[in-house]
Parts: sequence; C-alpha cells; structure tokens
Amino acid sequence: MKETQMKDRLPSRQLRKRRLQEWLGVVAGRGVLIVVNVLALGIFCGLLWKAGPILQAIPLCDLLFSSDWHPLKNSFGLFPFIVGTLAVTGLAMLMAIPVCLLASVYLAEYAGRRFRELARLVIDILAGIPSVIYGLCGILVIVPFVAWLGDRAGAATTGYSLLAGGLVLAVMVIPFIISISVEVLRMVPDPVRESALALGATRWETVKYVVLRKAKRGLLAAVVLGFARAFGETMAVLMVVGNVAEVPASVFDPAYPLPALIANNYGEVMSIPLYDAALMTAALILMLVVAFFSLTAHYTLMRIGAANE
Amino acid sequence: MSKIEVKSLSVSFGSHQVLRDINLTIPDRQIVAIIGPSGCGKTTLLKSLNRLLDLNEDVSVAGDIFVDGENIYAPGMDVTVLRKKVGFLPQRPYPLPMSIFQNVAFGPRIHGLDASRGASDEKAEKKDMSALVEHYLRLAGLWEEVKDRLHAPAAKLSIGQQQRLALARVLSIEPEVILADEPTSALDPISAKLVETQFRILKKDYTIILVTHILRQARRLGDYIVFLYMGDLVEHEPAAQFFSSPRDEKTRAYINGEIS
Amino acid sequence: MKSRKREEVFFKALMMASLTLVFLALTGIVAVIAAKGLSSLNLAMILETPKGGYYLGKEGGIANAIIGSLYLVAGATVLSLLISLPVALALQKEYLGKRFADITRLVLDILWGTPSIVYGAFGFVVMVLLGLRASLLGGIIVLTLLMIPIMARAMDEAVRLVPFELKEMAYAIGANRIETTLAVVLKQALPGIFTGVILAFGRGIGDAASILFTAGYTDEIPTSLLDPVASLPLAVFFQSGTPVPEVQARAFTAALILLFIVLVVNIIARLLGWRFSRNIVR
Repeated sequence: MKETQMKDRLPSRQLRKRRLQEWLGVVAGRGVLIVVNVLALGIFCGLLWKAGPILQAIPLCDLLFSSDWHPLKNSFGLFPFIVGTLAVTGLAMLMAIPVCLLASVYLAEYAGRRFRELARLVIDILAGIPSVIYGLCGILVIVPFVAWLGDRAGAATTGYSLLAGGLVLAVMVIPFIISISVEVLRMVPDPVRESALALGATRWETVKYVVLRKAKRGLLAAVVLGFARAFGETMAVLMVVGNVAEVPASVFDPAYPLPALIANNYGEVMSIPLYDAALMTAALILMLVVAFFSLTAHYTLMRIGAANE
Repeated sequence: MSKIEVKSLSVSFGSHQVLRDINLTIPDRQIVAIIGPSGCGKTTLLKSLNRLLDLNEDVSVAGDIFVDGENIYAPGMDVTVLRKKVGFLPQRPYPLPMSIFQNVAFGPRIHGLDASRGASDEKAEKKDMSALVEHYLRLAGLWEEVKDRLHAPAAKLSIGQQQRLALARVLSIEPEVILADEPTSALDPISAKLVETQFRILKKDYTIILVTHILRQARRLGDYIVFLYMGDLVEHEPAAQFFSSPRDEKTRAYINGEIS
Repeated sequence: MKSRKREEVFFKALMMASLTLVFLALTGIVAVIAAKGLSSLNLAMILETPKGGYYLGKEGGIANAIIGSLYLVAGATVLSLLISLPVALALQKEYLGKRFADITRLVLDILWGTPSIVYGAFGFVVMVLLGLRASLLGGIIVLTLLMIPIMARAMDEAVRLVPFELKEMAYAIGANRIETTLAVVLKQALPGIFTGVILAFGRGIGDAASILFTAGYTDEIPTSLLDPVASLPLAVFFQSGTPVPEVQARAFTAALILLFIVLVVNIIARLLGWRFSRNIVR
C-alpha cells in the first residue's frame, strides 16, 4: 500500500470543497448565535429607549410607588398595577404550590410507570392549552363561583376580582410546575431512596426526610419558574380580574396587573407622549423581573443537572 | 520500518496527568498490542494517535507524534485527513444513526472515494458505491449476514454485528493504520473470535494498534507489545521477547498476574 | 408505628386529591368548552367569514380567524425553524466553545421567559418605526420572536442528548464538524427537534397577547402579507367581551376549534415521533 502524504501537497478538489463547506457552516453557525444575542439586546434596548422619556421626566421612585394614575393629567403612578400583578401572582402561587408538590410527589414516588406516563400526557396537554381558553372557562365558571363566594362572605363583588384572577392563574401554572417538579424528583438517584428504605423507613418517611430534602433546591427552582410564568401571563388574567386601577383591599376587589394594563391600552396611546413611555416602562419591568427569576431558576436547575451527571 | 513515532508525549486532563513522557516507535504492518492495568492511559495513548483526544475538554498534549515522518500535531494539520489515514475502532460500537448501507458509505462519500462523486486521488481506482459497500462488508466478514437488509437501520444489528460494521466503516475510508480500543470487550466469545480472525487477515495490509486488557489476547494477536503502567511506558518490544524475557520487574509481575 | 402509618395514609390521600384536582381541571375545561362550543358549531362557522351583523348575533362564521391563525402560525413556524435549528446545532461546543454557548443559552432562557405581551409591545414599536400597519407580516414576525427561544431551547436539549461517543464515531472516520452535525447529530436528534417544533407551534397558535397590536383583526381573509389578519385566540377574546349572548357563545366555538387544533397537532406529533426515531441509536 502506498503511503499518502497528509500535508505539503495540493489538497484535492474534494478536500477543498469540504474545507469550504465546513468553514461556511461554522461561520453561519456563529452568525446565527450572534444574531440571537443581538436580538435579545435589541429588545431590551428598544424597551429602554421607548421608556426613556418618562424615566427622565418622572423620578423612578414616584413612577413605581405612586398610586396616582391619571394619564390625561400626566400623572403616571404604576403602584396599583405592580401591587395588582404581585397580588394575583402571589395568590395563584399560594394555591398552586401545595397541589403541585403533592401531585408531583405522588407521580414521582408512588405512581407506577404507566400511570406516570398517562399523567404526564394529561399534564402536557393541560400545559399546551392556550391561555384565552383558560380565561374563557374562568369567565364561565370561576367568576360566578367567586361572586357566589363573595356573597356568602358578605363582600360586594361582581366576581371579576383578584381571587378569580388568582384561581385561573393557579390552574394555568399547575401543569407547568408539576412537569418540572416530577423531573426534579426523578433526578434524585435511587440509591438515596434505597438507603433510607433499608433502614426501615416507610415510603413516606423516605420522601419526607430524604427525597424532599435532596430535591429542595430543584423544587424551589420549579416554583420560581412557575412564578415567572404567571407573572407575565396576560390574557387569561385580563379576562377575569376586573381591571380597575386601584390597589385592591381584599381578594374580592378587582385588580389591574401590568400585562393587562399594556394589553388594554397599548396601540391607542400615541396621542399622549408620556403614556406610551409609561406602558413601555411596564413592559420593561415585566421583562426584568421575569428575566431575573427565570435566570436564577434555570441556573439552579442547570447546577443540579450538572451535579447529577 | 517504523510507521509511527511518538516523541516525549505527555497528556493531561485538567491537572491530572494521564501520560508521562512517552517515547515509542511503532512498526509497520504488524499488530501492536498496548497492554496494562485499567486506567493506565492505554485509550488516551491510542486516541492521541489520530487526535481524537482533541474532542475532549481541557485536555493538553505536549510532545510530537510522527506518522510516516509527518508531525500530526504540527499547526495546519487537517485532522480529517489524518483520521482518514489513521482509522479508529471503538470499544462500544455505536452505529451511526442511518441504514447499514449508509454506515459504510458515509466515509467514502465524504472523502470522495467513490466513482459517482468524482475525483479523489489521481490513480485510485474508482468504484461504484454499492460495490464499495459490498467489498468492505465482505472484508469485515459481515456481508453474508446483512446482504438482504442493507437498508435496515444499523441500530437493529446485534452488538457483534455492530462491531464488524464499525470495522467495515473504518476499512471503507482506506486507512493505513487501524486503532482498535478493546474491540472485543463488549462482544460475546464467538463474535470476538470473528473479529480477531479478521485482524489476522488485515495485518497484511494495515498497521493495527490494539488496546487490550486481556493478556491472552495480546499473546494471541500481538507481534509487538507496548506495556503501560500508571501513565508511564514501561517496556516495548517484539512479543516473543516481551513474554519470554521481560526486562522490567513490573512487566514480569503483570505477565504473572500479580498486578492487574 | 400506628401514627407513622396514619401520617402516610393522610398524605397519600392529599396527594390523590391533588392529582384528581388536576385531572378534573383538564376534563372540566374540555367539557365546558365542548358543551358550550358545540351548541353554536355548524358548517357556516367554519366555512364563512363574518357577514354584516355577525357581531349582533346574525349570520356568518369565523373562517377569517381560522385561516388567519393558520397563516400566522405557519409563517412563524417556518421562520423560527429556519433560525432555531441552526442556533440549536451551533450551540454544540465544537462550534463556539462552551462559554459563548452557555451565554447564548442564558439569553435564550431570558427570551423564553419574557411575557408575550412584551413581545407584542416591542413588535408594535418596531412596526411604527418602520411605518408598518398591523398586518399578517407583523404578526408573523412577532410570533417568530416568541417562538424562537421555545424552539431553539427544546432543540438544544435534544441535540445535547446525542451521545458524545456517537459524534466521536463520525469524527473518527474523518468527518468534519458540518458532516458530523448533518449526518449524525441531526438524524439522532430528529424526534427531539420535531417535538420542539410542535411545542413552539402550540404556543404560537394559542398566543393572543403578542399579536394583539401587531396582527390586527379583520373580517376578511388576508390576500397579502401587509393586510391585517384575524386569529382564533383574538376571536375568542373579542367575542367573549361582547354583550350579545349569541356572540359570546361563538367565543366558545372559536375556543373549541382552537383547542381541537392544538390537540390534533399534539396527537399527530406523538404518532409521527415514532417514524422519526427509526434510525435512532440507543
């Protein structure tokens, strides 16, 4: 067999073609990555740029903590909306977390494989249902239910309220949180369980003292991701929450979250210069808060994933 | 005549040094068996010979390796050309995610070795792709078993068949050296014997470098033995000499099964 | 011993209850939408566009929204596939090194979490800047922005699951990065890539907030990219907000059609997943 020299010879046509092809591919690959990063930066800068006028005109403190919302009189206090968002999201999380934890522990620790697959299917479907459909069901079922509940509690309410928004949002984020939590729990290695069971612990004691403790941070990350998801949810909440620009005093009062504020008013505000900027500030707040929470959560999950490899 | 020359090769992963100052000459057209206890750097040495090591993260390689007098760690070396010349047979034979036919055809196609893709080498005989595939499947001793289902997914083959498919894949790129990383360790005894038989046939035309942890396999196949211990090259010499009169104390202990 | 047992039984009951609640939510939603939506469902709803007086409860259908949604999502799916697939493949560490890839993943995660209303507002700003009206094109672009991070990250996960040894096999016979990626990684990750497309499609077709200002709403079926376009989620939203009961009922019909599309696409995806996994190496 003849020895082929690998260098110091003109590369064949095939080899030149391949080198060109690889070079083009790698350049294109780097190109799209750069495009994506620039895109993200562009979105952030665009929001910042459009929010600029109001950030210069009104001190940030007033913008965030004033309850005075009268766009026509040039007063833009975002406080009721920020409180509205936090309240609706918080309420939803309060209701969703116990259900999610219990359901995911069952699916990850007790359920058989086939049942778990079936449940995963149901949860996937639930997570894929468009948010307007949740909102529509909310109008039909949850709003009257809350009105009835308010009646019993002696609170005057139409049903379009913080509580209704929270309930709809809870139903929406539950499948999302469960699917991540089950994954997190399944990541706890089996030997950990076996060592506890071998000591004579019951299944529940194993879960309580060993599995949950091991999975604590991952579960927290799942909840934080759910929170971030709920925080920016627009349509479903908008449809049932009442949309009144005041700080709600009870769960039966209407609220007005930031996303709803943008959705209801954007597009018609070009006539009032600062109004536009105020809504952009709202969008910027949403993006920053959600970015912060999803980043911490993803980092935690990534670290856990890396530790388990 | 020497095919490969390794000169003061050191390899480390991060801060962990795996190979220390290896100097080695590998003869042409023989079966060279690299032996030694597990974790002694056998696979690392093997993968450094066609720069598959480059794919690992934070690996650092010092020293030079010459194949036919060319330094493969020289800047500007095209690793795809190197790897075409120095083929690699893995421990666990992952088939590529395509049909049996495509598995064998992939290499010739990318390197332009078949007639349909036009010129590759001036004098190389140009063959039709299906003739090529048949030729290499026969050479690997797999043709009779798969000739009726060439277009079935390669993943459906048994593990022994997959290893011979991997052999066909390596042969299909017309290498001059074949690196084999414990090629029989995942196989049943019958498939292992088949592969060993192929190796004996192939050494007429190829330089085969075989990593093995089975001493008896090294005895059966090896013409030249390289003994590594904890990252150091202890001995390398023709097999007869190695087994009959080892020079080093460690070698003697290893051959006698006192260390493993 | 007894109290230990009792605690377990108690918590197990709670777990079952929670799970039942989740299942009930799904069946409840499907049942409500189906029951209310079927009552106004007829051929005209699917085949006709709104006639005069439709929004007062008279004749017509929501073909404009069905076709509009399909246009929007088809366009956005193709566009985001064209961007997301190269992104996911380029995130392999052979291309740019781990650090830059990880930064890009981080950025994609931020984009992934960004609420769709923010995309809507941003898209609107850009369109005003370019002098575009609310249109099919605007809607497609904003939906594409929304879908890219979902698709790219899902595909990235699939690509990362390709065993390193498998890539090594391709490199070992002298394949370069592009050849390895196209011949091995792409084939092995195909089912996961497909799942990513479906996931993004589902999010895209159901999203209302992002296209609220950017796609507009019209009773016509668009004939050019610059025409405004109706969509199913917005059909649900707008019709549910009217005081006319017949129109409200039609919101449920629109929701039913939307739900139907989402479910059918999901089922088809699961069935097709088998076909794509033919050559997969395990």
